[in-house]
Amino acid sequence: MVAHLLRLKLILLRNGLRRSPWQLVGMAFAGLYAVGVVATLVTALVLLRGQPDDLAQTVVVLVGSAAILGWGLVPLIASATDMTLDPARFTTFAIPMKQMLAGLALGGLIGIPGVATSLVALSTVVTWSRGVLPALAAFVGAVLGVLTCVVLAKVVTTATASLAASRRFKDISAIAFIVPLVLLGPLVAGLGQGISVSFGQLPGFVRTLSWTPLGAPWSIAGDVAAGQTGAAALKLLISVATLAALAWAWKLLLERALVTPPYAGSGKRKGGRLGLLALLPATPAGAVMARCLTYWLRDPRYSGSLVVIPLLPVVLAFQGAQTGDFTSLGVLAPLSAFILAWSISADVSYDNTAFALHLATGVRGVADRLGRALACLAFALPVVLVFALGYSALTGDWAGLPGQLGLSLGILFTGLGLSSVVSARYTVAVPLPGDSPFKKPPGNVGQTLAVQFGGLLVLMLLVLPEVGLLIAQVVTGNSLFGWLNLATGTVLGTGLFVAGVRLGGKWLEARGPELLAQVSVNR
Amino acid sequence: MTAPQPDPVLQPDPVLHSGAVGQPHSAPAVPALSIRGLAKRFGGKIAVDGISLDVPAGSFYGIVGPNGAGKTTTLSMATGLQRPDFGTAAVHGVDVWQRPLEAKRLMGILPDGVRLFDRLTGEQLITYAGLLRGMDKAVVAARVADLLIAMDLQDDAGTLVVDYSAGMTKKIALASALIHAPRLLVLDEPFEAVDPVSAANIRSILDGYVRSGGTVIVSSHVMDLVQRMCDHVAVVAGGRLLAAGTVDEVRAGATLEDRFVQLVGGRSHTEGLEWLRTS
Repeated sequence: MVAHLLRLKLILLRNGLRRSPWQLVGMAFAGLYAVGVVATLVTALVLLRGQPDDLAQTVVVLVGSAAILGWGLVPLIASATDMTLDPARFTTFAIPMKQMLAGLALGGLIGIPGVATSLVALSTVVTWSRGVLPALAAFVGAVLGVLTCVVLAKVVTTATASLAASRRFKDISAIAFIVPLVLLGPLVAGLGQGISVSFGQLPGFVRTLSWTPLGAPWSIAGDVAAGQTGAAALKLLISVATLAALAWAWKLLLERALVTPPYAGSGKRKGGRLGLLALLPATPAGAVMARCLTYWLRDPRYSGSLVVIPLLPVVLAFQGAQTGDFTSLGVLAPLSAFILAWSISADVSYDNTAFALHLATGVRGVADRLGRALACLAFALPVVLVFALGYSALTGDWAGLPGQLGLSLGILFTGLGLSSVVSARYTVAVPLPGDSPFKKPPGNVGQTLAVQFGGLLVLMLLVLPEVGLLIAQVVTGNSLFGWLNLATGTVLGTGLFVAGVRLGGKWLEARGPELLAQVSVNR
Repeated sequence: MTAPQPDPVLQPDPVLHSGAVGQPHSAPAVPALSIRGLAKRFGGKIAVDGISLDVPAGSFYGIVGPNGAGKTTTLSMATGLQRPDFGTAAVHGVDVWQRPLEAKRLMGILPDGVRLFDRLTGEQLITYAGLLRGMDKAVVAARVADLLIAMDLQDDAGTLVVDYSAGMTKKIALASALIHAPRLLVLDEPFEAVDPVSAANIRSILDGYVRSGGTVIVSSHVMDLVQRMCDHVAVVAGGRLLAAGTVDEVRAGATLEDRFVQLVGGRSHTEGLEWLRTS
């Protein structure tokens, strides 16, 4: 039975790769990356053999603890974790629990993370090959450590499986995933600083860590090498007990999961709360605006890009703090104007076939376009104003404010107008409604790229006057250009906005059915 | 809304009735839906191969056919959701493809296999459909309340549509198609995944709607349902119209199901799967 489960996992892996060459390419990249990381770590561990016991112990325990922590945390964050051997799928087969547990645990080792972790863990045997006993202890520790990794991951997935099936959890975790991704740079830099500062206290920290379930399996060999057999025995006990406790918890959770159907939505809720639909004007355009704003808040595909905006200044300010020069924050207002304005250029693609409602109700194209654009403008305008004013307040550069505002508002209004035209004519491959924002469906990649780059090019051409005036102001230092820029940005931008909404509306009415046919391809 | 309406949900809108057609005197003679030579090709496959059909005003019209017969494509082309390669469609005399906005005002559409704006609550979705049609806020609010009760969704009105079951989703989509009291209702597979109690409710709503002068077109492959519910029926297969008329005309003495199988053909009389018989 265990062998069957392992073979099933291998077959699933192979068939997954067969489905599309891109999966193979993705796997190859992931594999290359893993080979790089594994090679580095294995080399380091082999080289550690010639180093003093203390240093070896510190590194091995730190890396090992990080591995266990990672295996426990990743299933929490990545909602698209490997569910190929989802226990729920075995419900209808009568598989004895013991064999199922063993099979699923070993199956968890098949795949890039499992193989990589095993290789790195086993190379600690080389690190501690300073005698027969330490090497043997390292081997036992490595096996215990790797098993702890796998079983912990299983416990976490099983515990959150019913939770992960709920829409709300999926929505939240998808957005939460973006935050560390955007802040990766500052986080790594900060962590590096913290470690280098507290390097002196590291051995003490590791000593404490080695008595916890995270570090215990990795520290057995070091204690044996140092002759502290009592400590080693205790840590072996901790490791085995941890593994046993985790396995027991997993068994309980699995038993419960197999007889409990997955979480089925939230409870009933009475109506009476129309939200923004009641607040905004009861016109077609107002309704579209209210619907879009609701989506900006409720749909992770939209709110994901919204979460990025407040993080932008954090990233830029962090870089500024390191150099003491905050001028890079000047790009915030125009950049966020561009990101937000361009974000609705795929609005109909995001609607997917729900767009049929607009078509069936015969809503006027202009009302459709205007509602979507105004929804974006409703929060984009305050954001851009705050960023522009904030920059001037921070740097004291008030003379540059009109110019910056001119450029930013120009980009915002022009971009919204252009997006209104683009999304009325072209569809691009976007994540489907209800999918993770990271899950791009395959499909017209060529058209997606062409639309994106073509659109960017046109936008750059359209805001050339504002860019030119900004350059003129920087070169001559004459603040008149700044005021001219503000006027140009507002007037020209609004003009292009109106023109874009009109043209987009006209195209939408003329080609609505074709647009619906295009979005029906991905559904 | 100028005319008094005892139950806005159940009746087609009399204001639209005379206003949009433009020729109130000849209204009864003009078919509710008239399609002529509709055809559509997807790549090399001809999905609909020249279908012409008149749906009389005030009829309860069933369109039946096997899977892939071209029912959905025909209805999409007749309602302005999919552009036909050939042919025309007119709703109460208004050409769907020449004057689409006007024609859509007369129609309520429940398309099959399309998503809804499912991050709205059920109540928000119906309201949205009403406001999109430019309806008055107070009228929308009153009708939304009526529709929620009629569909037995008042306890889930504040739940997001994405969390609805398949049957509830169908009902909320139907409610969105009814909000503007259309003169013609085009429902593609309205009873799929709907529980028997709700199906009975929906049927009585539709019956009342037809009695008060509205026209309903439903597509289905449940023959029994069509025979009981509809007064007219059209049989479609392979993109062609095989038979059309009143239910009694089409079934010609037999049950609709037998007549359908006879028309469409393809019933295989195999005695396979012997091992499945337990006795």
